[in-house]
Amino acid sequence: MANWKINMLTRSPWVFHLAAASCNNCDIEILDLLTPRHDVERFGIVLVGSIKHADVLLVTGCVNRKNVARIKRLYDEAPKPILVVAIGACACSGNMFRTGYQFAGPFDKIIPVHAYVPGCPPKPEAMIDGVVKLITKLKNK
Amino acid sequence: MDIFYFLIFPGFLFAALVGLVFTWVDRKVTARLQWRVGPPFLQPFYDFGKLLSKEITVPKQGERISFLLAPFLGLLATALVATILGFSIVFPARGFIGDLIVVLYLLIIPSLAIIIGGFAAANPLSSIGASREMKMIMAYELPFILAILVPVIKSDYSVNINLIMLSQQQHGATAGSLSGFIAFIVCLLVVQAKLALPPFDIPEAETELMAGPCIEYSGGLLALFKLTRAMLLFLLPLFLVILFFGGISVSGWHLLAGILKIVLVLVIIVIIKNTNPRLRIDQALRFFWVNCTLLSILAILLAYLGL
Repeated sequence: MANWKINMLTRSPWVFHLAAASCNNCDIEILDLLTPRHDVERFGIVLVGSIKHADVLLVTGCVNRKNVARIKRLYDEAPKPILVVAIGACACSGNMFRTGYQFAGPFDKIIPVHAYVPGCPPKPEAMIDGVVKLITKLKNK
Repeated sequence: MDIFYFLIFPGFLFAALVGLVFTWVDRKVTARLQWRVGPPFLQPFYDFGKLLSKEITVPKQGERISFLLAPFLGLLATALVATILGFSIVFPARGFIGDLIVVLYLLIIPSLAIIIGGFAAANPLSSIGASREMKMIMAYELPFILAILVPVIKSDYSVNINLIMLSQQQHGATAGSLSGFIAFIVCLLVVQAKLALPPFDIPEAETELMAGPCIEYSGGLLALFKLTRAMLLFLLPLFLVILFFGGISVSGWHLLAGILKIVLVLVIIVIIKNTNPRLRIDQALRFFWVNCTLLSILAILLAYLGL
């Protein structure tokens, strides 16, 4: 990627939020980021409704056998370059569900993951930290 | 030289730049109303640049050619509106009789482009969004045209944008009279619906239809739709200011006053956007066909009586 493209991408990352069988706790913490207290629109981060508009795919939850195909399809549908951020312990490793018979994850087995934010649920500050680390990683590449 | 007018100064490039700045005003005022900080000044430009650098995807079952051409149709019509409105302010002699009617026609084309794109994408959500957009056009066009008759009557039955502006500069702004004020209120609500902002964001209701007709668009094509919307965010308030607030004259302090008038109309639109929930499509139809149409007929009668 050219340098200006990375510059533009890091200044306006539009986020699509995929809840793959999560308990909704991480999802609520993600929505906290958009509230006046944290207000990530300061950095150009906007929540979009369609994967075709997204630059960052936020994934939460522990992947089960039913939604593997859907996650793959969603990743293929996304216009490239797309960055994937795994939010929460389930998305990163499977947490306590990792031995379950339905478990088919974690996420990095199915699609490439660029940043991990562990926690159950992670605090909004931790997510901002994860995004900042992702941006510095991109810029240094 | 005409190409220069269309592409650079009153036309495409100028309207695009001002429109992106106006998008920032919209987002910033929204953020402040919600007690947030809001995006930095260059944010709309970053968004546009980023969208241009992304991959363009075309849906497999979609109608390829109309899907790819629809954003350009809307953008061209909007640039033409910018040129005509800009001429009426900067080079009044280049206006022609009936340019008001031409602008009214051209202002429908961006919505038509969204409808074509939405149906061509062959996505159920975008099709629903496109059909809702069609219903919205049918809803708001009638009161819009009726309300615009008021400034025409006030300026002694002229359909030339520049003559309407001049007659207001001699006899006072249209919105200062009772009929003009009612017509302005109706037009403001119609502009809200034309921009698909709440309470009339029914075509792209994000909680039901995600992004409405634009759902399958990505990359540069989405950027064109966003740019068209940004330009309309500048041109529609400008159109209202020309028709109801005596327009803009490009001499010294008058120019500053004109810019303030446009920004004021924009801020009113943003405040309406942030304080109203979304209507259902049948409620919106009833609102425009009954309430707004009756109001604009009343305004026409009052204007005819000279009030």
